Amino acid sequence: MSFYKNVTSKPWEYSSPTLGSGPESAFDTPSERIALTLFLVVVTVIFSLLTVTYYLRMDLGDWVPLADPTLLWVNTSLLVVSSVLFQLSRNVAQKEQRLPARNLFLAAGLFAISFVVGQIVVWQQLAAEGFGVASNPASAFFYLLTGMHALHIVGGLWVWSKTSLRFFGDAELSDLRLSVGLCTTYWHFLLVLWVFIFAVLTNT
Amino acid sequence: MAYVPIADQDHELHDPHSFVTKYIWSQDHKVIAIQYGGTAIFVGLVALVLSALMRLQLGFPDTFSLIDPSAYYQAVTMHGMIMVVYLLTALFLGGFGNYLIPLMCGTRDMVFPFLNMLSFWVYLLSVLILLSSFFVTGGPTGAGWTLYPPQTITPGTPGHDTGILLMLISLGVFIIAFTMGGLNYVTTVLQARARGLTMMRLPLSVWGILVATILGLFAFPALLVSAIMMTFDLTLGTSFFMPAIMAAGDQLDYNGGSPILFQHLFWFFGHPEVYIVALPAFGLVSDVLSTHARKNIFGYRMMVWAIIAIGGLSFIVWAHHMYVSGMNPYFGFFFATTTLIIAVPTAMKVYNWVLTLWEGDIRLNTPMLFAIGFVFTFVHGGLTGLFLGNVVIDLPLSDTYFVVAHFHMVMGVSPVLVLFASLYHWYPKVTGRMMNETLGKLHFWCTFLGTYAIYLPMHYLGFLGVPRRYYALGSTDFIPESAQALNANITIAAIFVGVAQILFFINVFWSLRHGKPAGNNPWGATTLEWQTPDTPPKHGNWGPELPVVHRWAYDYSVPGYPQDFIPQNVAGDFGVSDDHGHAEPKA
Repeated sequence: MSFYKNVTSKPWEYSSPTLGSGPESAFDTPSERIALTLFLVVVTVIFSLLTVTYYLRMDLGDWVPLADPTLLWVNTSLLVVSSVLFQLSRNVAQKEQRLPARNLFLAAGLFAISFVVGQIVVWQQLAAEGFGVASNPASAFFYLLTGMHALHIVGGLWVWSKTSLRFFGDAELSDLRLSVGLCTTYWHFLLVLWVFIFAVLTNT
Repeated sequence: MAYVPIADQDHELHDPHSFVTKYIWSQDHKVIAIQYGGTAIFVGLVALVLSALMRLQLGFPDTFSLIDPSAYYQAVTMHGMIMVVYLLTALFLGGFGNYLIPLMCGTRDMVFPFLNMLSFWVYLLSVLILLSSFFVTGGPTGAGWTLYPPQTITPGTPGHDTGILLMLISLGVFIIAFTMGGLNYVTTVLQARARGLTMMRLPLSVWGILVATILGLFAFPALLVSAIMMTFDLTLGTSFFMPAIMAAGDQLDYNGGSPILFQHLFWFFGHPEVYIVALPAFGLVSDVLSTHARKNIFGYRMMVWAIIAIGGLSFIVWAHHMYVSGMNPYFGFFFATTTLIIAVPTAMKVYNWVLTLWEGDIRLNTPMLFAIGFVFTFVHGGLTGLFLGNVVIDLPLSDTYFVVAHFHMVMGVSPVLVLFASLYHWYPKVTGRMMNETLGKLHFWCTFLGTYAIYLPMHYLGFLGVPRRYYALGSTDFIPESAQALNANITIAAIFVGVAQILFFINVFWSLRHGKPAGNNPWGATTLEWQTPDTPPKHGNWGPELPVVHRWAYDYSVPGYPQDFIPQNVAGDFGVSDDHGHAEPKA
């Protein structure tokens, strides 16, 4: 869509429509992908605002930096593996290989679940070390940011579980391809987001 | 792969047949629109009653024992929040957005009908959570609709524990509902327009709703973030926003948080919210004015650019709500400048509305009266906005009735007048029957003159220095006795306007059965929603064939054409109309 061409057109001048079959679309992609992109923009706004408040609050004096829990590195690698598996599943699904696509897709989700479990373990460890949620603003932000991120993973897992069930049903691979692709995009986004959050949280 | 409407896919169109799938768990955008609209109007009536309670206390202090200070602040808070979020946002985007986007875009439904249905039910849930706070111990929150910490969650404020928690949860749930709806509206407008309907041929209603939805998708996250962080402060004892503070003689467990941080987050949502309400109103009123003036909208492209420009600017003016909180003078200068710049595209729109009326074949029916009434109230509210945008003028006026009068004129009365204009205008399409004109005009004059009787004196009281938010004025040296007499008059006018709304509801229900049958296109309008084969449109809107669009939305009074309007789906070149509404036959 050429934005400039659009806003400078003169709609009051007559021109008959180019005859095609489908409706007018601004982008030549499935609507689901456009909705996902918009949603990712919304999520980006949420986390940008959280990051801004994080840095503003940091300057207010009572900040006690967190000890960097080693387990976070393990969790990060779990999420990387999950993202890679989603990508492989997507690639295989393009090549009409239903069974490997399904298995890779399932494994990707399981790694994401283990990431969430890992995060819960981290929270428990921190709480046991005296870094409870109300102990100081750095801890509060740690729980807030990781919690919001984990919630988004859980939301993604809900879609993942629905698609997984369709893999076991009699859905055509061509129908599943879009869902697999969208899950892959979402997981890549959440991985990048996680790396960003991780960097923000550990650089205090 | 482009979007393929359900009805054009290979399998059969599954029309809903049972009552439940047709009217309750419906995925039809028209039914969802009515559900959204009905819920929003109902909760708006609750807010109207609350405002009456508030006004009774202010006009006649010491008269009504049931309104104690807590009840007063709770009424103020809930009135504000309900009107801004649960009525105006929901009715413009959930109601009119849902009804008009697929019809005006010439499609059969939203792109994601199930998500659309879910959006309504989640919205209803948020309303129920909000209303439930009236029935818990301590009642709803009385912190003011801005919910400023620390007082919001400090003992002494009404509803400082359960009430505020329910409010925050309700807002979170509302934002989820809005996001589901919003993704749908934007994707539908971008991807599923009828063949030939380019973006620049869209009616301004769709442009207004589209840009407002995009603003909402960017702005509501700020409210979500502040609501979540305040919930943390409230329930988990964190100190994001809460400073070290004493309440009722006790030191609370908070330390070091920043209330100003909350204000920034809140107004980063709060100011775009003004335009989330105003932009759909701008769009809808443009279409109503153009249709009933039988003239093309003046400066269509300028109108579209202005909508986009206002939407963009609305994100860099938020701190003008915080001048009294104190800020670096350079910040104040910046935000005052950006605020005043918004007046440029806004004034363009006002000029264009007036120039649309110029030499038009104006039909002064009820929707047109409300639309013209809007231009008046919007200019008045907008001009006082220019006063308040300046730091030095805002500081003395900020805590007075002047501000109350300003924002009620510009984002209370004005959008509500557009809502009525639009309800009277599109009612024939929704129900297939016309509304009663006599009752409608009576409703208009009571509402229009009544709101002036409320808000004009309020500006004056503001200049006198009458403070807002006060439960009762008491006796002070700087406010004369007569101020209280004026306050009582305002209350009488407010009760009158409130009661006059009964006329509207009588009209809605009476016309449902006894109104004149409307036919498909009673106003002689050009846009696609008036060209449906059935009125009210059936499930799928368009019968077997989708419409094809050949022209823009404003071909009114084109010379050489037998009718004074050419519907968008009529083919053929009948002349070129220029920006002034004059059409020249083509040589």
